[in-house]
Amino acid sequence: MSKKAKGYLLNTAVIAAALLIFFFYRNSMMEANNKNFRLSVIPSIWQCCYLIILAASLNLVLGFMGQLSIAQCGFMAIGAYTAALMSLAFERAGFYTDKSGLNFTVALILSFINAGLLSALVGLVVGIPALRLKGDYLAIITLGFGMIIVNLINNLPFAGQNGLEQGSASSSLYENGLGFSSKQQVAWVFLAILITLAAVTAMFMFIRSKYGRAIRAIRDDEIAAEACGINVSHYKVRTFVYSAFFAGIAGALFACCNGSLSTGTFTFANNSILNSTFIVVMVVLGGMGSLTGSIVSAVLMFLLNRFIKEGAWLSSAPQFVQTIFGYPMLVYSIILVIVIVFRPKGIFGHNEFSLINLPADLKRIFSKKKGKEAGV
Amino acid sequence: MAMLEIEDLQVYYGRIHAIKGVSLAVDEGEIISLIGANGAGKTTILHTITGLTKARSGKIVYDGHDLLSIAPHKIVMLGLAHVPERRQLFERMTVEENLLMGAYFRTDKAAVRYDLGRIYKLFPRLNERKSQIAGTLSGGEQQMVAMSRAMMSQPKMIVMDEPSMGLSPILVKEVFGMIREMHELGITVLLVEQNANMALAIADRGYVLENGKITMTGTASDLASDDGVRKAYLGDR
Repeated sequence: MSKKAKGYLLNTAVIAAALLIFFFYRNSMMEANNKNFRLSVIPSIWQCCYLIILAASLNLVLGFMGQLSIAQCGFMAIGAYTAALMSLAFERAGFYTDKSGLNFTVALILSFINAGLLSALVGLVVGIPALRLKGDYLAIITLGFGMIIVNLINNLPFAGQNGLEQGSASSSLYENGLGFSSKQQVAWVFLAILITLAAVTAMFMFIRSKYGRAIRAIRDDEIAAEACGINVSHYKVRTFVYSAFFAGIAGALFACCNGSLSTGTFTFANNSILNSTFIVVMVVLGGMGSLTGSIVSAVLMFLLNRFIKEGAWLSSAPQFVQTIFGYPMLVYSIILVIVIVFRPKGIFGHNEFSLINLPADLKRIFSKKKGKEAGV
Repeated sequence: MAMLEIEDLQVYYGRIHAIKGVSLAVDEGEIISLIGANGAGKTTILHTITGLTKARSGKIVYDGHDLLSIAPHKIVMLGLAHVPERRQLFERMTVEENLLMGAYFRTDKAAVRYDLGRIYKLFPRLNERKSQIAGTLSGGEQQMVAMSRAMMSQPKMIVMDEPSMGLSPILVKEVFGMIREMHELGITVLLVEQNANMALAIADRGYVLENGKITMTGTASDLASDDGVRKAYLGDR
């Protein structure tokens, strides 16, 4: 067996084992009716799941293809609203009455797939004209498209600014749609995890395929890629559509774990860590061209956000620290500057993390440190 | 019949008239050098041949195909490979991945493997470095990769843009040795060069390009002994 195959096997086995352990852990926690688990751990897992898919999907375009797109949250918004509206339509048609059982599962899966497909479709429409541009210009135009998408949703009579917010009389996502209560989030947590695993696996297979090699070639040199017989614009649009599809799936997950949707969440920049700019930050931090890097940095960023906003340590910290941390964006930018100065390639650079390489990697890191000390 | 024939080619960049009616012909099995100073339009002609720049009028016929109406990524499938200026490797991919990119459109995996082995045999240095990231190679090695990448598409003809650019004299000699080896394998070569000395030494015939026009043409030895060419391009005073 080749080392590559061994690596895949090892990683899969470890992930499967971790899932199994988590399964028993969840059951015991459910029996004990652990409040912290239900109200804190599980929602965190849900949020990490969609952040991971989002960051990884942007990495396809930004890291592997080298095109800066900041419309990712726009696609996520499309996915979120599509899934939400579809689930509400299913409920109104009487396809399911309570949020369990086969019918609801089918409705949920259909909503997810449609969320992805509709975002992919919009990705196609946006991508064909937008990807004729490069660099800063592409960033500007995708920024514009992101805003257009959000504003469009905002003004649609059936989606709208308030249409899907919790408690609104006509269409309550939380009451009737796929919005989950905390107990349902515990029950359905494996849905989120499995969808994330499937999405990441699909993206991984994409970049390891012949297409993946082609888009990395486009990133390095478009002229040479064209001279090698790669239809550059075709591959660019294809990757963009693929990325939009997964952003849509992430949006559907977002709709699940939030009882309400409002377009303010999906803008280009806002106070939370869920905005198009911040997804770019996640990809850069994790390493452009490393899916595992995106996963790690999405989780790290999420934890950091919690740590800053809800950490109990903050009230006991000195006043000036509290003042600084009152502006989370400031802290993120400081962290980003530190990362760029000390590790400009991001956490993983363009390498993928694999357990089979872990001993060798650790050895290298430690020997490097020793070398430095010896040098000093 | 000529393998590549350009007739009255006109290329504009916006309002700038870059190529003003160039005609040239490359016969099968020849090495042709196109020499000229900076900004004469050498690269523009190559880019028009491979479809990266659009011509306003004129005709480019390669092997019976009208190249001006074929998409750039399909031109390489006709057996016309392009070695771009400044090497233009896929810098963050390994040497082997770079070479495989050259055979991207080919579906016969076994034959691609065979060709890869042949290139490693021809250039053992690439074999040593096959899993190294291409951007970390030296300039000469990068040029070697770029030319081998073009070879991987099984070309009948290669157009090369300044293969000597930025290389030391020893490496330039090595690169021209490679061009000769490719030629011996039966590949027709159109070479665009500023290094007129080397380019004319290797070529069968040459064209001199000045401000978008061909001002002189003839056998390489004729051009190399021409007073005007010697003064302008060979450093004779």
